[in-house]
Amino acid sequence: MAVVEVNLPASRGFGTTSRIGRARRAEAIFIGTGVVATSIGVITLIALLGGLLHDGWPRLTTDFFFSFPSRRAGQAGILSAWVGSMLVVFVCAAVAVPVGVAAGLYLEEYASRNWFADIVEINVNNLAGVPSIVFGLLALGLFIYGLGLGQSVATAGLTLALLILPIVIVTTREAIRAVPGSIREAAYGVGATKWQVTKDHVLPYASPGIATGVIIGLSRAIGETAPLVMIGALSFIAFLPTPPVSGEFPFISFQWLLDPFTVLPIQMFNWVSRPDPAFQANAAAAGLVLLVLTLLMNAFAIWFRIRMRRKIRW
Amino acid sequence: MPDAAALKTDRYAAPVQAPKIVGDKVNVFYGAKQALFEVSIPILQNQVTALIGPSGCGKSTFLRCLNRMNDVIPGCRVEGRIMLDGEDIYARSVDVVQLRARVGMVFQKPNPFPKSIYENVAYGARIHGLASNKTELDEIVETSLRKAGLWKEVQDRLASSGTGLSGGQQQRLCIARAIAVSPEVILMDEPCSALDPIATATIEELMDELRKNFTMVIVTHSMQQAARVSQKTAFFHLGKMIEYGDTPTIFTPPKEERTPAYITGRFG
Repeated sequence: MAVVEVNLPASRGFGTTSRIGRARRAEAIFIGTGVVATSIGVITLIALLGGLLHDGWPRLTTDFFFSFPSRRAGQAGILSAWVGSMLVVFVCAAVAVPVGVAAGLYLEEYASRNWFADIVEINVNNLAGVPSIVFGLLALGLFIYGLGLGQSVATAGLTLALLILPIVIVTTREAIRAVPGSIREAAYGVGATKWQVTKDHVLPYASPGIATGVIIGLSRAIGETAPLVMIGALSFIAFLPTPPVSGEFPFISFQWLLDPFTVLPIQMFNWVSRPDPAFQANAAAAGLVLLVLTLLMNAFAIWFRIRMRRKIRW
Repeated sequence: MPDAAALKTDRYAAPVQAPKIVGDKVNVFYGAKQALFEVSIPILQNQVTALIGPSGCGKSTFLRCLNRMNDVIPGCRVEGRIMLDGEDIYARSVDVVQLRARVGMVFQKPNPFPKSIYENVAYGARIHGLASNKTELDEIVETSLRKAGLWKEVQDRLASSGTGLSGGQQQRLCIARAIAVSPEVILMDEPCSALDPIATATIEELMDELRKNFTMVIVTHSMQQAARVSQKTAFFHLGKMIEYGDTPTIFTPPKEERTPAYITGRFG
């Protein structure tokens, strides 16, 4: 065996130079800033929750959930408010989801790229930034004076649906855009029509993303106050809307859609504006319920997304 | 350069017959840019026709004209005629969905649906109503997977995801998916370019088997592959078809001076 001679070059060494040292310090500064920036969000949420818990916890009894508002703070509850919130969000979802998803699908898959599509695109994006009180104004003119729906659950649901429509449309389009073109080609390649490609492939694969957008929209809707004040939501409602199902013919009633309503944020607003400090505790308790509801909706969105992703394996 | 002696001529002998597909002076434009110039070519039944040429020469564009896959590209315009069994596939009476059921396609990158293996194969058969009940559909799925040489590997896990297979298996799944619709022609757009040599060899063997039942057109970057799998070869360059002929003829003494330059690797 031949001996191989190895000439080792002089080592440049591994010591920290001042240049590397400076870079490291810059990094350390950034990490510090990042930690502070992140904590601000987390600490705010914790402080908020803590404050609400401190003020509102004693009021969170079963009675609080099943009592109507009252002039006596100790007897007042949020029954009409949370039922109202649920109904309004239900109407809002029933309108915003099909309309928003259909619009997103159409814009992304069907609409041809021309000036009209551009205008719609700009419009939808701008709509997402319109202040919610302006939607209230629109609703006042359109649903109450125009269509004569009154200060009802339907009006509130439709108003909030308009409000979250841009969110649903934009997230739907993003989710659809994330479906790879090769999958569409594969489906076209076996002779699928455009509608079959859309319904059998694009829509199912985009559904986790769409669901996320819908939930984000609905969490926003459940906390909205301004447009509902605008359309005249009442803050003192001592009765529930007509039940949708009844024992008598025709068993199903839509009267509840036209009933007056209140929602959690409005109830809170009303209580906060009262001088009696006992009502402040009520407001804190109602705020806690609202916050937990929103967190639950977000948790559901995450759970749903994980479940759907597990089914769709790229 | 393939070994000329390895190209046994008897493999390429075909009975005289009308071509399955005829391209007649096909021009293709992407917007104002012309991608194909007066391409005329016959595609013979039960043979593998290889389209070769450097990148951007228009071979994939031509392939995608054969099942009108270019229709979905905005601004793409096709002139001339492409006859399938004597009928112009660009005629107004042609339903492009029906055409794609007759002319299937396998793509460059394996693109199984993110669904089960079974669903991947069954999808085409289902949307075309080829099976009237579950038993028939099961049969179509099994036959297609067998023809694609994948049945043995996946028969006990038909319910698992198609995307969980290896690259080569995914591509054979895509072939099975195309076969399930009972096409007459199968187009393959560089089907092995994303695969390792062993998976490539499997697919190449499969192609020779498949041509008994189907007419095949394959776009490939690999000269060796064209020489191994095809009976006819067409050489494309800058949007024009430069030379067409029996594969052994093209690869041994090509008539046109640009063809040997390409197949021996001087450009491309």
